[in-house]
Order: sequence, then structure tokens, then C-alpha cells
Amino acid sequence: MNLSALPLEDLIACPRCDALYHAAQPAAGERAVCGRCHSVLIAPRRRAGMTIIMMALTVTVLVLGALWFPFLRISTSGLQNSSTLLDAALSFVGGPLLIVSLAVVALIVLVPLTRALLILYVLVPIVFDRPPRPSARAAFRLAEELRPWSMAEIFAIGCAVSLVKVADLADISFGPAFYMFAGLVVVSIVQDTWMCRWSVWKSLDGAEGYR
Amino acid sequence: MLTARDAGLVACTRCTRVWPIGQTHCDRCGSRLESRDDKSLSRVWAWLAVGLMCYIPANLYPMLVTKTLTSSYNSTIVGGAIELMHGGAIVVALVILVASVAIPIAKFVCIAYLALSVRRGVRAAPGSRQKMYEIVEYIGRWSMIDVFVVAILSSLVQLNVVAAINPGPASLAFACSVIFTMLSAQAFDPRLIWDHIEADEDPASEGAAETIR
Ligand SMILES: [Zn+2]
Ligand SMILES: [Zn+2]
Repeated sequence: MNLSALPLEDLIACPRCDALYHAAQPAAGERAVCGRCHSVLIAPRRRAGMTIIMMALTVTVLVLGALWFPFLRISTSGLQNSSTLLDAALSFVGGPLLIVSLAVVALIVLVPLTRALLILYVLVPIVFDRPPRPSARAAFRLAEELRPWSMAEIFAIGCAVSLVKVADLADISFGPAFYMFAGLVVVSIVQDTWMCRWSVWKSLDGAEGYR
Repeated sequence: MLTARDAGLVACTRCTRVWPIGQTHCDRCGSRLESRDDKSLSRVWAWLAVGLMCYIPANLYPMLVTKTLTSSYNSTIVGGAIELMHGGAIVVALVILVASVAIPIAKFVCIAYLALSVRRGVRAAPGSRQKMYEIVEYIGRWSMIDVFVVAILSSLVQLNVVAAINPGPASLAFACSVIFTMLSAQAFDPRLIWDHIEADEDPASEGAAETIR
């Protein structure tokens, strides 16, 4: 097939190695993989839109909920303390370490929350067969750019490591927020495997809805 | 293998749409278009250098300052892991050592190797170099564990005079090092890995692109 005869919107270039292909929608559950570098280019799934919307709502609830509940409790010699996310974020008060504090809040609260809201803003209209929101494309691009900076699930592992670190100093136990973060680990994996970026972009072109 | 550049097109690496070469911004997602980013490698080296500079104080200064009734001591990243090992928590000590020492150092080496290999036009095994790039990109963020542990412990262990843990200056240096190395990996354009391979390929395959399915 001569690719240069095709209209540009029917082509897809591998973002990793620049190989050019004629983009054809594979059946749900099948994947189109780059023949040269083996990057997954298109991987649609049945009812992906609905699944991702549910996951984004779950992230919103879990992150907001985790703000108010303690994730670890500690007690020793009659003294006790519990720590919420806000306490952890504000632990670097004073001096240059305040920057670390801001970074921690951003990475485990602001970025995951912003991503979830952006994804809802982009997907809700196209999944329910409405025209995309006016700045849906810019919103989806921002959500994609923020992806590596969303670290709520890494925080859950951090809780587990902390528990062991002070185990001999005091009695320490997980609070409800820890389980919320553990849930975020699962949710972020599901969201990543279900989302076919090419299909979302295609829907944002206005041609068809996203299912 | 026909590439977008060979076809006189420029690909958007964000949304995979192609445009006529010369177009500066993607009409679909608004990303800047660059057929091959010439400045990519200088950005990679710049972020990598800053990241490495931050990694040195991150290991020299204390990460945690622990005060108990009887003593006060500072622990560095490696020191903290050794204490854990003496305490019998071998698995956690290994997690810390891998996340805070092995991964950062392996990342510096891998990014430098990738950047050198495309400049020198190394022809060998683009597939494995691509794999290396994907691993570096995926794994980099997990190094943040130690910074989160410091934040968690400092907020949790505040038990008046009995015990208190406070963050040390290394936490800032380490967080910066992780962030700058992530930026360095993101600045790398993996298409450069594949550019020097073309000459080795069978010329008959040129232009014979398939429909992917
Ligand atoms: Zn490819
Ligand atoms: Zn684009």
C-alpha cells in the first residue's frame, strides 16, 4: 500500500521510533503494535470509557478522603500520635525544606486530583455521545503530560516502608487512609491499561464517540 | 520501514497524528512539532548534570535527624539502610537501597549511555536500547519513596521528648535529583535511537509499509 496516497488523518506515526502506518481500528481486546520497536500504538477495550470514568471518580474520592483520615498511627510509653496527609506534607515547615513540602503535596494530592478531573472533563461528554468540551484536547494533553508526576501509589509503598522503619521505636499501625492509597495503586493500574490514547484522540476529532 | 520523516511528514509524539513537514504545532493537541529535536541531547545532558550535582549532597547530608530521650543522631540514605539491616529488616533495607542508590545510579549511567550511543551512531541492538529507555522512564519516579518516607516519619514521630524525627537537608537534594533526572529522561527523543539503523536495512523494504493490525 502506498501510504503517501492516504489522507494524513488515516496515518499514525509511532511516537517512539517514527515508523509510519495506516491506522486501522483493531477489534476490542486486540492491539496494534509497532512492527519495529514493539510499542503498543492502539489497544481499544470494550466499555473502556465507562471504566475510566469510574476509575477517575474513585481517584477523586480516595484522594480527597485520604486527606482527612490518618494513614499511620503510633504509640509508645503512653504517648500517641497519628498522621494525616496534610501533616506529612506540612512536616517540612520552615526554611528551604518548605519546597519539599510543596512538592510532596503536589505529587501525591494535586497532580492525581487534577488528572482525574481533567479526564472526567474530557471523557464524560464523548462517552455519553455529546460533542467534546471546547478545550477537551488541551485538557487531555495536560492530563497526559502530568501522568509521570502523579505519585499517589508510590506514597502507599512509602507508608509501608515507614511502618517497618519505626517498628522498634514505637507501636505503629495503618490508618484508613493507608488503605485508600493502597486502593489507588490498583485504580491507577486499571486506568492505565484500559485507556487507549489513540481512540480518545480519534473521538476528540469529532468523528465518533468513545465507548 | 518507512518513517514519518522519510514520507515528508512530521509526527506528533504526544498524539501520534502526522502533519506536513515544516508545520510547527500539532493542530490536534497543540504540542510543538519537531521531526528530530536537535536540542534534545543538550537538554538531556543539562538536566542530567544538575541531577547528578544534587545526588552528591543527597548522600553526604543527613536524610533524617532522630532525637530520642537519650540520644540524637543523623542518618544518611546509606546509613539508614545499614541500621535497618542491623535491626533485621533486610527486605525493607533492600527496598531503600534499590530505590535510593541502585536505581538513581543506574539511571545516570543508562541516560548517559543512550545519549552517547545516538551521537556516536552505535548500530547495535536498537531494540534493547529502546527497552532500556522505557525502563528508565518507568522506574525513575519510584525513587521518590525515600522522600515520602522522610515526610511520613517527620509528621508521625513527634512524641514530645520521647522521640522526634525531623527531615534533614538531604531530603531536598534527593527530591531535586529525582525530579531533574526524570526531566532528563523525558527530554530524550527515542526516535534518535532508530535513525542510524536505516542504512543496514534491506532497501527493498523501503516504502513497503504495512497496515498495522
Ligand atoms: Zn515504533
Ligand atoms: Zn498532537
